[in-house]
Amino acid sequence: MSAVPERPAADPWEPLRGLTQARIGLGRSGSSLPTRRVLEFRAAHAAARDAVHEPLDVDGLVAALGELDLGDVAQVSSCAGSRGEYLRRPDLGRRPAGLSAVPASDADVGIVLADGLSPRALAAHGPGLMAALVERLGATYSVAPPVIATQARVGLGDHVGQAMGVDTLVVVIGERPGLSVADSLGIYLTHRPRPGLSDADRNCLSNIHPPEGMGYDAAASVVTALVAGARELGRSGIALKDSSRAVAAVDGGGA
Amino acid sequence: MRYTHGLEGTTYAFDGLVDLLAKATPRRSGDELAGCAADSDAERAAAAWALADVPLERFLTEPVVGYEEDEVTRLILDGHDRTAFAPIAHLTVGGFRDWLLETAVRPDAATTLGALAPGLTPEMVAATSKLMRNQDLVLAASALQVTSAFRTTIGLPGRLATRLQPNHPTDDPRGIAAATLDGLLMGCGDAVIGVNPATDSPEATADLLHLLDDVRQRFDIPVQSCVLSHVTTTIDLIGRGAPVDLVFQSVAGTEAANNSFGVDLAVLREGNEAGRSLGRGTVGNDVMYLETGQGSALSAGAHLGVGGRPVDQQTLEARAYAVARELSPLLVNTVVGFIGPEYLYDGKQIVRAGLEDHFCGKLLGLPMGVDVCYTNHAEADQDDMDTLLTLLGVAGAAFVIAVPGADDVMLGYQSLSFHDALYARQVLGLRAAPEFESWLARQGMADEQGRIHPLDPGGTQLALMAAP
Repeated sequence: MSAVPERPAADPWEPLRGLTQARIGLGRSGSSLPTRRVLEFRAAHAAARDAVHEPLDVDGLVAALGELDLGDVAQVSSCAGSRGEYLRRPDLGRRPAGLSAVPASDADVGIVLADGLSPRALAAHGPGLMAALVERLGATYSVAPPVIATQARVGLGDHVGQAMGVDTLVVVIGERPGLSVADSLGIYLTHRPRPGLSDADRNCLSNIHPPEGMGYDAAASVVTALVAGARELGRSGIALKDSSRAVAAVDGGGA
Repeated sequence: MRYTHGLEGTTYAFDGLVDLLAKATPRRSGDELAGCAADSDAERAAAAWALADVPLERFLTEPVVGYEEDEVTRLILDGHDRTAFAPIAHLTVGGFRDWLLETAVRPDAATTLGALAPGLTPEMVAATSKLMRNQDLVLAASALQVTSAFRTTIGLPGRLATRLQPNHPTDDPRGIAAATLDGLLMGCGDAVIGVNPATDSPEATADLLHLLDDVRQRFDIPVQSCVLSHVTTTIDLIGRGAPVDLVFQSVAGTEAANNSFGVDLAVLREGNEAGRSLGRGTVGNDVMYLETGQGSALSAGAHLGVGGRPVDQQTLEARAYAVARELSPLLVNTVVGFIGPEYLYDGKQIVRAGLEDHFCGKLLGLPMGVDVCYTNHAEADQDDMDTLLTLLGVAGAAFVIAVPGADDVMLGYQSLSFHDALYARQVLGLRAAPEFESWLARQGMADEQGRIHPLDPGGTQLALMAAP
C-alpha cells in the first residue's frame, strides 16, 4: 500500500466537500486521476455491478420473512431466463413464467417482493420494510402473504396482483444501483392491478435504504396513506399522486 | 419495395426500406427489443449488401416514417435541397460511402462536405453509416468542420470543448458552485456550464440561472450557461427577464416521440426565437442546446414507421438531427449510454453508437458533441469510456460532457471526468475554445500550450464563488 499515498494532512477542498456528494477536488497525477481516486471509483463501481448481478438468495429471504409469521410465501419468476436476458429484455421481465404458485386471496392488499435491478437491496432491506408494511397496513387492512418475484420488473406485479385478486398491490423492488448507493429499494403501488397498466397508473416511492435514505416506517406510513387514497379514489396513479406528495415530502425529508 | 440478396446459397428478402435499414444495422439490444433486428449475422451481412445497392434517390420517394402523419418526415422531405444533393444524386448507398472516404482525404474536404449537408437526409446518412466501420466513421467525421458560436466558438479544428455539468441532487446553490469551481480549475466549461435541475420548477430554474450568470459576470468568464429545463419553462422565464443564455430541449426523430417530450417543431422554433431575441451572445448568437440518444423513441413507444413496422433506433436518432439542424443550435449531443442496456447493451455497442451519432450529426451540419457515458447495469466501464473518448477526439468531436470524478450524483450515471478531458487534450494536442483559453491564460491558470496548471481552490479568486 506504500504506492497509494494517504490524503495530505491539509486538504484545501475539505471545507467544500460537505457541500456536495460530488467527487470534487480529487487532485491530479499529471493530467490524470491519482491512484487512490481510481481505486475508490473502481470499488464503488464493483459494488454497484455486484448488486445488479448477484442473484437473490431466495431461501435466505424466505427464512427471514418466516420470522415475521406472514403465512406461506409464494414464489414466481419472470420469462427472462438469465440475468443477461433480463437486462436486455424488460418486456420479458414484466411477464410471469407461470402463476400457478400464486394463491387466490380475499385480502385488501398484496405485496410482491421483486429483485429488480438490485437483488442486494431486497435482501438487505426487504424483511425490515416488510415488517413495517405489515404493521402499518395491518392496523386497517387485511394483507395477503407476500410473493417473491425474481428477474422481475415492476409490471410483473400487475399479473401477480390480478391472480391474487387483491384490491391494491404493492411492489417492493430493488432500484438501479448508483455509484454511491447500491442497495436502495423502491415501492410501486397499483390499485386494481391487471396487465396493460402503465407507469401513469402507479404511485412510486424511491430511495428507501436506511439509515441514509428513507426509513422503513416512514415508507410504510406513506404506503398506508396511498392505499387509503387509492381506495377512496378508486384508482392509483397521477390523480392520486398530488394528494400524497405532502406526506411523502415530510416523511422523506431526511433522505 | 422488396429488397433481396443472396449469400452462401440463401436468398434473404427485406420488406421495404424500414426492414432493410433495421436488418443492416450493427447488432444492438434496442433493435432486438423492438423486434426489428436481423435474426442472424448472415442476414445482417446480406442486408448490408442489399442496402449498399439502394440508390440515394430512393430515400426521397420511400419515407421510413409516413409523410402525412409525421412532421419530422415533412421537415426532412420539404426541406431537402436538390441543388446541394446534385453531386451525389447518381450514387447508391455503397457508392456514397466510397465517395465520402475519397472526398475526406482531399484538401478541400471540409468545404465540399459542408456544402453537401443540406442535400442529405438523415435516412441517407444513417444508411451509409451502417456500411461503415468504426474507422470510416472516425475518418469521415474528422474531415468535417462545423462551427457555432455564442460567447465561445465551438467546433474549430484542433479544439475540444467541454460541458461542465455541476449537478446536485437537491439543486443546492453552494453544492453546484463547488462543482463548478472544480471544473473551472480543471479548464472545463467552454462549451457550456450546464445544470440538470432536480425539478422542473420555474422558480428553482430561475435561481440556478441567476447563480450561474452571477458567477460568469463576477469573474468575467467567456462561457455560456444553461439550466436544462423544459423548453416551455425556459420560454416562460425569458418572458420574466431571467438571464437565459441557451435554450435547452431533448429532441427525438419522430413527431410522436417529440410529443412524448411535450414539444413539437413550432414550440422549438419559438424557443429559438425567444433565446435569440435576447442577443446575449458576444461572438455569435446560436442559442439552442439539444440532447438526443438512440432508444428515446422506442422508450416512448413512438418508434413505428410505415406499415406499423419498428424503425431501427439509429435511423430514428439520425432523424432527430433533422429537427436539430432546423434550429441552428450552438450545441447538440447524444447521451449515448444513458438510457440503459436494453438499448445499448455493452461497451462495444455504446462505442459504436457514439461514433455513429457523432458522424451522422456532423455530416448533417451539426456542432456535434457526445455525452460519453454508461449506467451500472450496462456491461461497460471506464475503459470503454476511455476508448470512445479517444476515438471521438480523433474524429474531431466538438465537445464532451464532464462531471466531477465521472460520477453524476444527481442523475446516477457515469460520464467523463474533468481529468478525462485533460487527458484527451494532452494526448491528441487539442485545446479549449479560443475565447475561454485566453481567459484561462489571463487568470494564470494555463500555460502557452493551454495546459492547465494544478491549482487548489486557495490559489485563485474563483474560490469566492463557493464561499458562504
